[in-house]
Amino acid sequence: MASEVHAAEGATGYIIHHLTPLHVGEGFWTLHLDTLFFSAVLGGLFVWFFKTAAEKATSGVPGLVQNFAELLIEFVDNQVKDSFHGHSKLIAPLALTIFCWVFLWNFMDLFPVDIFPLIGSLMGIEYLRVVPSTDLNATFAMSISVFCLIIFYSIKIKGPWGFAKELMFQPFGPWLLPFNLLLKLVEEIAKPISLALRLFGNLYAGELIFILIALLPWYIQPVLSFPWAIFHILIITLQAFIFMVLTVVYLSMAHEDH
Amino acid sequence: MSINATLIGQMITFALLVWFTMKYIWPPLFDSLEERKKKIADGLAAAEKGQEDILLAEKKAKSVLKAAKEQSSEIVTLAQKRANEIVEESKDTAKQEGERLILAAKAQIEQEIQQAKEGLRQQVAELALSAAEQILGAEIDKAKHQDIISKVSNQLG
Repeated sequence: MASEVHAAEGATGYIIHHLTPLHVGEGFWTLHLDTLFFSAVLGGLFVWFFKTAAEKATSGVPGLVQNFAELLIEFVDNQVKDSFHGHSKLIAPLALTIFCWVFLWNFMDLFPVDIFPLIGSLMGIEYLRVVPSTDLNATFAMSISVFCLIIFYSIKIKGPWGFAKELMFQPFGPWLLPFNLLLKLVEEIAKPISLALRLFGNLYAGELIFILIALLPWYIQPVLSFPWAIFHILIITLQAFIFMVLTVVYLSMAHEDH
Repeated sequence: MSINATLIGQMITFALLVWFTMKYIWPPLFDSLEERKKKIADGLAAAEKGQEDILLAEKKAKSVLKAAKEQSSEIVTLAQKRANEIVEESKDTAKQEGERLILAAKAQIEQEIQQAKEGLRQQVAELALSAAEQILGAEIDKAKHQDIISKVSNQLG
């Protein structure tokens, strides 16, 4: 329907419109209001749901909400136990937050591409991009946070000198120090970048395909968007899962003392 | 697609979410999970123990029953034996009593025979004495010839 509204701008205009965030400010101090708003709302949803479950938590027969929350908790806990062997009060809740939050971000992708922009345009908002994980800022914010935790735990567990030694003397010994350092730095920096770009790329591409499907005539749309949406259910869960597992793995690597 | 201050906002949101989850969400849910796990494990263990107890009790009941049966059969055997003994004893007693009665009767008969003999002897002696008296008349003094009379009467017995 919106394709008619933007018919004047053509297909390219429609796509660009859909992928342009609602923003204020200039240069670096630009804020993507839609990303901030939707991720905060989704985060609130996540917190509200689990808080409800936590308040009613009983060791007796669980209710529906608690049951579902426990399902996720147990799932995350198993993942953490599988790959992380240290003791940390942070890692499991962190993994749960990442999994649920990223999943909810990605889930926004399953809403028809025009619904929210339409509601937005009725309220006078020109641009609206509802999937936070199609915003590099969102994915990088999370992966950089994780990266900071990796560095923090590396230094905390191994000590500043131990961490520096690991950077300088591995994997090829002290005689190839510059090479080691370069390799290690690339390895470390690749972690947040790959985390962020993987999530962003998958969701951005998925969203783009939904937008392209929305450009097609209405009688073809269901044939394509239905299977793609089904496939996307797998992708959004998988991406959330990958982000979580990799975070746990990286943090467990940071905890391992060689 | 530029990186901008949104990043900082998102990082703050993320940090808040993680903090909240760590503080208020994970511990109660996880604890309730662990507690339930423990409860279930305890319940299963109790059930198993109960079953074992039942088996044990059955075994015990069986052995008690068996012991009772043995004891009762023993008691029956003993009672039979005792009854036999009593019968034998009474038989013996009866036999002895009979014999004793026979002996007593025999003794009495003997005594009566003796008495009769004695009586007869007296009578014969008296008869002989009176006959001799009549024959000899007043010649024989009863007091004088007492020896002779008693000798005769002894020979008669």
